[in-house]
Amino acid sequence: MSKSLFEKIWEKHIVKTIDGGPSVLYIDKHLIHEVTSPQAFAGLNKRGIKVFRPKQIVATADHNVPTIDQDLPIKEELSRLQVDALIKNCAEYGIELYGLGHPFQGIVHVIGPELGITQPGMTIVCGDSHTSTHGAFGNIAFGIGTSEVEMVMATQCLLQSKPKLMRINVDGTLNKGVVSKDIILYIISLISASGATGYAVEFAGSAIRSLSMEARMTICNMSIEMGARCGMIAPDETTFNYMKGRLFAPKENEWNEKVSYWKTLFSDDDAIFDKEININAADIEPMITYGTNPGMGIGISKHIPALNEITEKEKPYFEKSLHYMDLQPGANIIGKKVDYVFIGSCTNSRIEDLRMVASFVKGKKKADNVQVWVVPGSKQVEKQAIEEGINKIFEEAGFNLRQPGCSACLGMNEDKIPAGKYCISTSNRNFEGRQGPNARTMLASPLTAAAAAITGEVSDVRELL
Amino acid sequence: MSKAINIIQSSVVPLNTENVDTDQIIPARFLKATTRDGFGENLFRDWRYESDGQPKKDFVLNDPTYHGKILVAAKNFGCGSSREHAAWAIKDYGFDVVVSSFFADIFKGNALNNFLLPVTVSDAFLQKIFDAVNKDSSAQIIVNLQAQTITIEATGEQESFDINNYKKTCMLNGYDDIDYLLSINKDIEAFELKHDH
Ligand code: SF4
Repeated sequence: MSKSLFEKIWEKHIVKTIDGGPSVLYIDKHLIHEVTSPQAFAGLNKRGIKVFRPKQIVATADHNVPTIDQDLPIKEELSRLQVDALIKNCAEYGIELYGLGHPFQGIVHVIGPELGITQPGMTIVCGDSHTSTHGAFGNIAFGIGTSEVEMVMATQCLLQSKPKLMRINVDGTLNKGVVSKDIILYIISLISASGATGYAVEFAGSAIRSLSMEARMTICNMSIEMGARCGMIAPDETTFNYMKGRLFAPKENEWNEKVSYWKTLFSDDDAIFDKEININAADIEPMITYGTNPGMGIGISKHIPALNEITEKEKPYFEKSLHYMDLQPGANIIGKKVDYVFIGSCTNSRIEDLRMVASFVKGKKKADNVQVWVVPGSKQVEKQAIEEGINKIFEEAGFNLRQPGCSACLGMNEDKIPAGKYCISTSNRNFEGRQGPNARTMLASPLTAAAAAITGEVSDVRELL
Repeated sequence: MSKAINIIQSSVVPLNTENVDTDQIIPARFLKATTRDGFGENLFRDWRYESDGQPKKDFVLNDPTYHGKILVAAKNFGCGSSREHAAWAIKDYGFDVVVSSFFADIFKGNALNNFLLPVTVSDAFLQKIFDAVNKDSSAQIIVNLQAQTITIEATGEQESFDINNYKKTCMLNGYDDIDYLLSINKDIEAFELKHDH
């Protein structure tokens, strides 16, 4: 019988199925961080049980960490306590921790792939919704809550119901200045922030196949922003080339065996999807969001929807959102003054993102009215950026290159956007207050963010290339 | 503390806003605790309080007219981050049920794991609840988990809601998933022997 990519992996991980209920799904890899794990460890402790398979867990500190002076003790007390609790718990339960000061430390969804921990065919979970990122390698990866973190620690399993299946095909060639972030912002603007709730989404089509691994990760990363349970892309030569030689990737004979298995991981020709969407890559222009959820995005040359373009039912939310953003219905977005540019987060903080920004800003200077923060996704990305001289380019442009962490993506550390200020951000969420109380976030690609950094306002990067 | 839930009759707190994301339910800067308690204090923090800590009068949690164990919200409730702190905050504040016409997946799972019952109703029925509360702020809603029904007491209007049978049993009896998973440890170990990962 023909099967989809999702089904092939799902079925291999079912321990058993409860009659009329969910299935017991075996989890291969479990990633943890300081914010959503302490209560899970406390739960184990209370039950007096151990971690079942500590070798299948990898920990890092990312959400709460400062992005300057990482060699000094964390100043903010509660953040420090949380990071210290992680150190203590990992030591006590025998879990590998890539904490502050470790050469592998970084945002959990950046380090998994770059260390070769993330592999095709696996089930991967983390107490973090952007776990969907890992699906770019052709695996089932999804975010879980803390109770579930505790379950996986205790049993390496979760109770899950099989989601519905959706395939999104993006075919054709991307326009100049359009990158993978624009593809995913375009898709979400098309189907809305809840358009894929209840579905596992496979991204396919020639435009997706032609993307690098980094670019694929950006797409899968944001599949949660349309509500999807997970996002995935079938592994291919691009995947294998990226993985080969990475620290925890299989070696020698095992590598060959794995690759021949991984090559079977694709949706069969007549696999059945509950929903299928076709997109022409040529229809996509650089995207930007104007509202307070990631579905409120437009092509950069377009205007913010006018009131008569919004249904009666959507009006209250739309108006509330624009009020928060202090933007006018029907207005153009190009030319809007920007105060901050944030280049970072698990969506766009990989070396390729930094290279993309560096090649655009080389020899240019940032506008006086903007502050630009570049936060690499990991120590390894930071190291490579320095080796390639990208740090120099940023320095000359007046960009502030910081140390790895989640940073202004969620403003848990000191990196907050002040109230009322506009930030063009390469992160994934423009919710009210996400980057700091009353901060106003506009999501865009690293290129569009870099363009704004140079001009000081929302700009069409195509005109600057 | 018995966690089990079956019949809940209560007045409701209406929050007629779509796409309530978990950053609104509990902003990230309040996620620094290492225990599960006390999150109710910061539930809807930035909608509830001014930056100087003064309550915002026009926010529904600050309006003494409305109270109860049932939170009723518009479409796509709980989208965004996987933080279970959102479910903890709602439960800790005193709600046992959240009603909406559409829930985000992870939130729904988190709610169920914390004996906070997410009840999905049709758009039309959701509107009827908002209408009933507009008419009478103390309008009673009855949620019956065993029967899988939600009823507006004043009018007798009723709708059935879906819940996975397994989860229903857990909620009715106060069982956790983890108890079940621990009980099948032998099956898991047997599975591992033939599973290559
Ligand atoms: S970078 Fe942002 S979205 Fe990614 S894991 Fe960190 S906080 Fe979450």
